[in-house]
Amino acid sequence: MNQRTLYKNDFDSLLKTLKLEGYHIIAPQVADNAIVYRELLNFSQLPLGVSDIQGRGKYALEVCGHNNWFAWANGPQALKPLLFSANEPLWSATQGEDKTIHFEQKLPEVKPTAVLGVRACDLAALALHDKHFLEREYVDPYYQQRRNSLLLIAVNCSHPSANCFCVSTGDGPFVQQAYDILLTELDDRFLISSGSEEGEKICRQLTLDDATETDLQREEDQQKTAIAVQKKSLPNVNIADSLQKKLNHPQWEVIAEKCLSCGNCTAVCPSCFCHKEIDQQSLDGENSLHSRHWDSCFSQEHGHIHGAHIREETSKQYRQWLTHKFSAWVEQYGKSGCVGCGRCISWCPAGIDVTEELSVLCDE
Amino acid sequence: MNNPYLPFEATVVERIQETPTIFTLRLKFCDSGECDFYFEPGQFNMLYLFGVGEVPISIVSDPKDQTCFDHTIRAVGRVTNAMSKLQAGDKVGVRGPYGRGWPLKEAEGKDIVLITGGLGCAPVSSVIRYVIRRREQFNHLVIMQGVKHRDDLIWQNQYDQWREIENTQVLLAASEDSGSDWPWYSGHVTSLMDNVEFNPNNSIAMMCGPEPMMNAAISPLTKRGLAERNIWLSMERNMQCAVGHCGHCQYGAKFICKDGPVFPFSDIKEYFGIKGY
Repeated sequence: MNQRTLYKNDFDSLLKTLKLEGYHIIAPQVADNAIVYRELLNFSQLPLGVSDIQGRGKYALEVCGHNNWFAWANGPQALKPLLFSANEPLWSATQGEDKTIHFEQKLPEVKPTAVLGVRACDLAALALHDKHFLEREYVDPYYQQRRNSLLLIAVNCSHPSANCFCVSTGDGPFVQQAYDILLTELDDRFLISSGSEEGEKICRQLTLDDATETDLQREEDQQKTAIAVQKKSLPNVNIADSLQKKLNHPQWEVIAEKCLSCGNCTAVCPSCFCHKEIDQQSLDGENSLHSRHWDSCFSQEHGHIHGAHIREETSKQYRQWLTHKFSAWVEQYGKSGCVGCGRCISWCPAGIDVTEELSVLCDE
Repeated sequence: MNNPYLPFEATVVERIQETPTIFTLRLKFCDSGECDFYFEPGQFNMLYLFGVGEVPISIVSDPKDQTCFDHTIRAVGRVTNAMSKLQAGDKVGVRGPYGRGWPLKEAEGKDIVLITGGLGCAPVSSVIRYVIRRREQFNHLVIMQGVKHRDDLIWQNQYDQWREIENTQVLLAASEDSGSDWPWYSGHVTSLMDNVEFNPNNSIAMMCGPEPMMNAAISPLTKRGLAERNIWLSMERNMQCAVGHCGHCQYGAKFICKDGPVFPFSDIKEYFGIKGY
């Protein structure tokens, strides 16, 4: 569909239409001093007039009073926990009196879910998770169930943070991956287009005007600004190849002096997929639940193997993370695992900046 | 929808105590119609003990023995210690087989050098039995086993039987003092590499054991002209999902669980021997 306009005073008609179509709506809102994605019960929960300030190990919100709902860069999480749950049961086992074991899968109950406000970086990470969980030898039915129920309403990013470098990774700030509906937020209106049949069906129910030349110019200007404000970037070399030659670089030890091995970077990273599986037996001993939980290559148990530990030292844990993200991903999934969202910089309590570390490591 | 995480119920048909800490479980699926189960030596299953957890264990029996399959397990961790208490008639969960096995079709008509270290390395013992059962399909066979102490050598009698087979060389080594009546080599098994008889242009080496041992065995083989792609290793890392999703077993860009656990050395040499991977 061509670009059309949805006036801001009609914005709630989009949400009403989604509800009428039976969607459960997940949208950005302010909670716990951050922009988070949660169920939207009320239109007024959207973060109108709010912006963010991000730096190394820093994330804060400020109420600016402007007339924008999406004038911020991403908070700690967006799509990842909606599809790849931080904790979820996989199956249960029940033991009968004659010691027989009955297994039952615990697939999630899903309903059609519309996510409003998805950014280019998160769509890029979603495409990577689709490859990991759906497009290799084994299909993950838990991820698939949620993925199939999703309607993606993307919003082009107009306000990258000081930590964003999606221009450098080639993933943003404007949306490049598949979406159902795409919005660009201008002063008094949104530009809107559909990218799927389902998205088009929603758009047809809205009162839209044709976009004017001026609107399109304003969108182009916004994109130029969103590119220009990004000061961070990845080193302009073949990082995947370069890192391969730097496995014994002294910088790994320098990073380890700062890194707390807390795993925050892996928790907020939209592409990190490591998870552990655990078993919890019920008190009566008859049932046992087998579930999975996000894990991190910075955890002690991640590299554990009968009595030994493959990478106890922080330097080796950080090296595992960085070489996987920027080097092994390329071989595994055809693209670096980094989408330039900058979350690992904002949420690192030690303020480690991955772009700076890569510049040192990849410096010939 | 096929759920790769879901185990199937299996019965312990027999339990064999191999050494004080090593035991073999002979298993059979409770509902044979539930699974289309065919495996290759070198592949593994995820075994589940009710209420305790899952562990990856290689399959040691022969693929021709369709009704049952064997797992030889060392009681070393939380789950395997609990599994050591299983008895015939008990039930477990099984899902698999997973991963890539040994290149046994490729090895037909070639010399085979099998090198194992440590406590009765199960993945390679499955190859020994496979080859001996089809002896005429393969050329010269070398079986090398290194242990710390002679007491660690499980299946002692079998080595003596294998030694009697035509065109078969058996080299045993114990690195710790195993008494004056220990008839074989005292020292590392990899010190015996010069004694190995094989044609470098028509051989496949397969090994399993501690990585420093495998590392020590590789260069004598390549020096004698065996190509790196003809040296195969069984690798071990933390595995939880077995289907390439959970991330624990990543070794560079490889997932040990689905791309391995058996690899030609040429595929993993970038990371092999580097501590931390």
